[in-house]
Amino acid sequence: MKIVPHATTDTLTLALDGELDASSSVSLDTELTKPDVLDYRKVMIDCQRLNYISSAGLGVFISHLQRFQDAGVKLVFFNMQDKVHNVFEILGLDSLMTIVPTQQEATAV
Amino acid sequence: MQHTIRVSCSRSNLKTVRDFVAGVLQEHQLSDILQNQIILAVDEIVANLIIHSNQEDEHKHLDIRVEIADHEFRFEAEDDGQSFSPTEYRDPDLQEHIRIGKKGGVGIALVNRIMDHVEYTTIGTRNFCRLSKRLP
Repeated sequence: MKIVPHATTDTLTLALDGELDASSSVSLDTELTKPDVLDYRKVMIDCQRLNYISSAGLGVFISHLQRFQDAGVKLVFFNMQDKVHNVFEILGLDSLMTIVPTQQEATAV
Repeated sequence: MQHTIRVSCSRSNLKTVRDFVAGVLQEHQLSDILQNQIILAVDEIVANLIIHSNQEDEHKHLDIRVEIADHEFRFEAEDDGQSFSPTEYRDPDLQEHIRIGKKGGVGIALVNRIMDHVEYTTIGTRNFCRLSKRLP
């Protein structure tokens, strides 16, 4: 799992590259736990190269969502592959999290 | 034909098992979504066995068997770790997980929703987890 961060003044974009499982999701958790993440208005997760997600990867997002909301930080996913989106759907997480098709739409959220 | 693999109880072997299952599924030309669901269900079970039942003890092993027969995917994992008690399992409340920032506990829900049949058996010190799913 490679995580490529890109920051502007109010938005942090994390491009995920690889597979998020019980082994690799630890590094994503470390990245999202950093206190300065809460200084942004929005955190955008670019899922274009995210080829796989298991419950451990979902758990990382689930565990940070409330903390982000409390700090006024929006969490937005974009460019998600159908098979990965399907995993969010199985649990109904697609209605609890903001997932949009394109980067342009993610920027507009 | 039955395909088998033996892995030690290390998280780094999750990818090994996913690749093994993908190899078995490959020739059956399933949709991307269905293939991913089956690999995911196996990954969730194997992760639980490695992390919870066997506490990531690399001296311990899981024996995994996979076959596709009669338009059905069948999986079996055998280990001698702590057995899982499905009767104590409660389906997760996702909104509550979000509220309290809970990290784990949604894997078995995925398995139960994806697979047609999920079974846990203990014979002596050996635990068997069996999954199956009808294929189109």
